Amino acid sequence: MAMPHSVQTLKERTNLTLTKRGTVVAVAVFTALALFTAACSSNKDDVQTGSSTGGTSASSGYDYESLSGTLDGSGATFPKAFYESAIESFSEVAPGVTVNYGGGGSGKGKTDLATQVVIWAGTDSTVKDEDVATFKGGAFLYFPTVAAPITVSYNLKGVTELQLSPDTLAKIFQAEITTWNDPAIAADNPDAALPSTPIVVVHRSDGSGTTSNFTKYLKAAAPTAWKLDAGDTVNWPTTSQAGNGNTGVAQAITAADGAIGYVDLSDATASKLTFASIKNKDGNFVAPTLDGATAALANAEVKDNLTYSALNTAGAEAYPITAGTYILVYAKQTDATKAAALKGWINYVLTEGQALAPDTYFAPLPTSLQEKAIAQLSKITT
Amino acid sequence: MKSQMEGHGARGDSFFRGVALVAGLAVLAILGLIAWSTTKEAWPAFTESGISFVTSDVWDPPAGEFGALAFIYGTLLSSFIALLFAVPVSLGIALFTNEAAPRRLRKPVTYVIDLLAAVPSVVYGLWGVLVLAPNIQPVYQSIADATDGIPVLGAIFGGVASGKSFMTAGLILAIMIVPIVTSLSREVIATVPSSQREAAYGMGATRWEMIRYSVLPWSRGGITGSVMLGLGRAMGETIAVALVIGSTAQITSHVFLPGDAMAAVIANQFGEAGALHKSALIGLGVVLFVITILVNVAARSIVTRLDRRTQGA
Repeated sequence: MAMPHSVQTLKERTNLTLTKRGTVVAVAVFTALALFTAACSSNKDDVQTGSSTGGTSASSGYDYESLSGTLDGSGATFPKAFYESAIESFSEVAPGVTVNYGGGGSGKGKTDLATQVVIWAGTDSTVKDEDVATFKGGAFLYFPTVAAPITVSYNLKGVTELQLSPDTLAKIFQAEITTWNDPAIAADNPDAALPSTPIVVVHRSDGSGTTSNFTKYLKAAAPTAWKLDAGDTVNWPTTSQAGNGNTGVAQAITAADGAIGYVDLSDATASKLTFASIKNKDGNFVAPTLDGATAALANAEVKDNLTYSALNTAGAEAYPITAGTYILVYAKQTDATKAAALKGWINYVLTEGQALAPDTYFAPLPTSLQEKAIAQLSKITT
Repeated sequence: MKSQMEGHGARGDSFFRGVALVAGLAVLAILGLIAWSTTKEAWPAFTESGISFVTSDVWDPPAGEFGALAFIYGTLLSSFIALLFAVPVSLGIALFTNEAAPRRLRKPVTYVIDLLAAVPSVVYGLWGVLVLAPNIQPVYQSIADATDGIPVLGAIFGGVASGKSFMTAGLILAIMIVPIVTSLSREVIATVPSSQREAAYGMGATRWEMIRYSVLPWSRGGITGSVMLGLGRAMGETIAVALVIGSTAQITSHVFLPGDAMAAVIANQFGEAGALHKSALIGLGVVLFVITILVNVAARSIVTRLDRRTQGA
């Protein structure tokens, strides 16, 4: 009879330590949660002011009401703010449809769609040829949705206006120009009083479509000066600093006098950063604005599959570092109800949703591209 | 009645043996499968880069060049810095709570240390990047200015100091491994028989002499083991390091410069990586796995040797 007794005490003891542990974990988790919700909500306030005002008119005649189903999506974080505000107003016109967007990065979106974990993916980049075979559901379609300028933001005491040509920009980000009063920067800014502050280059620490677009731009606009090639991660000079995500880069720029980095417009605006004007293909210095982005899109060469590059396009008003983003879906759908809901959702993004774009600092598509994208909806079949 | 109970016990024993065997083998099998599948996934990168995967420090995904040496260096350096700070502090806390603290202080101190272990690592990372890094940069810079030009010290601390650096990563890691090293050391120190302590006191030893000559030699093996577990945790830590180490692939003796570590690189770059790049990142995981195993084997042999010596004494 001694055995059950000792078992009992042992059990009691474990229970005791377990409860103790539980309290500890609970306290920590609660603290973390509180921190996070605080961070998230403050972010949203900054970016999404007035998102509920746009797109309330249900005048398009598209029958959203009869649609139903759940549309899970994941992918690029760059257009996440726009998709979230579009999802919110779409839920008002199509109460039967639940649209989810998980973010996670373009790479995750493409992988999730390839393995059919999601029904739609957001991506800033096209699928690499070597990866096409991994898409289990067969042929896929690109739907361009919105575009946005990538700002070159800086923090330099006493300098509120800065102009940079592509070659100068390339040399700064390769640490070939190391102080702000370098003759090359002075040549771009004849009127500015530039201090001798050392330049601190800030780049993304995580692999990113924003890095990819920024380096692609430098490769295209400064083909001789830029030597680091283009990609989601490049071999940055060791003297540079890194930040996680657009907000991490923005934070690092704010923290250091003399810092310069690339940040998307919505995060740069939210972080109250100062932007440089970039010399475009036509030779004009253009500030990063939504109009500049739309002007860049208007002159972009659109391929048959509706992919395009708005980087370094012609046009007097075009902002040269403009990046587009796409929704990626399979052409052949398995479920008719879901396919109808999916078509409805994409149609909404391409029509009424476009009016919501400026609220979240995105540029709507030019009419020609918008029409092509809407026409492509008929290619989604079951 | 008695024989019945014995029979029941025997059946229970064999059942227990079965369960324990399955659990033990499952761990081995899982480890083996992880090693096999990650190596398989990493194979394209290994064959593409050859030995330069671990001997080159050039990590250039667009060019298809993958050399992990700078990340291996970063992982080892930041973990070493972490141990440098964490071990004395942990031992101090363990000795304090076991030997020196007034009884009513022991519980709260132990509780707070355990609480540190329950804080998610991303919280340490966020604190590190938002609070520690910007505020400690001037401190780094003043140390850097003071040591600049002095041989050895100048090479370690001199030059330009960055808030996100090997040192900041090491400091954050130190805070993260203090709980595990402390609580394991405390357990080990608590097992020192009171006869040992009383013998020391009986010889007229002061408290410090008692700790020095009877507590520490007795628990040396266990403390080394706890330090090695802490080291394992430091080397594998991902998010906190990814946020504060600075994400720059370089090998330098300057601890105030940004670097990068294996686990941090995987976390940062995996999401957007293409086929070969992804394979190279999994390769980093394999290298980390191998290094962790080497460290653990080394730790085990140190612990056995120390234990043998202690028992012999």
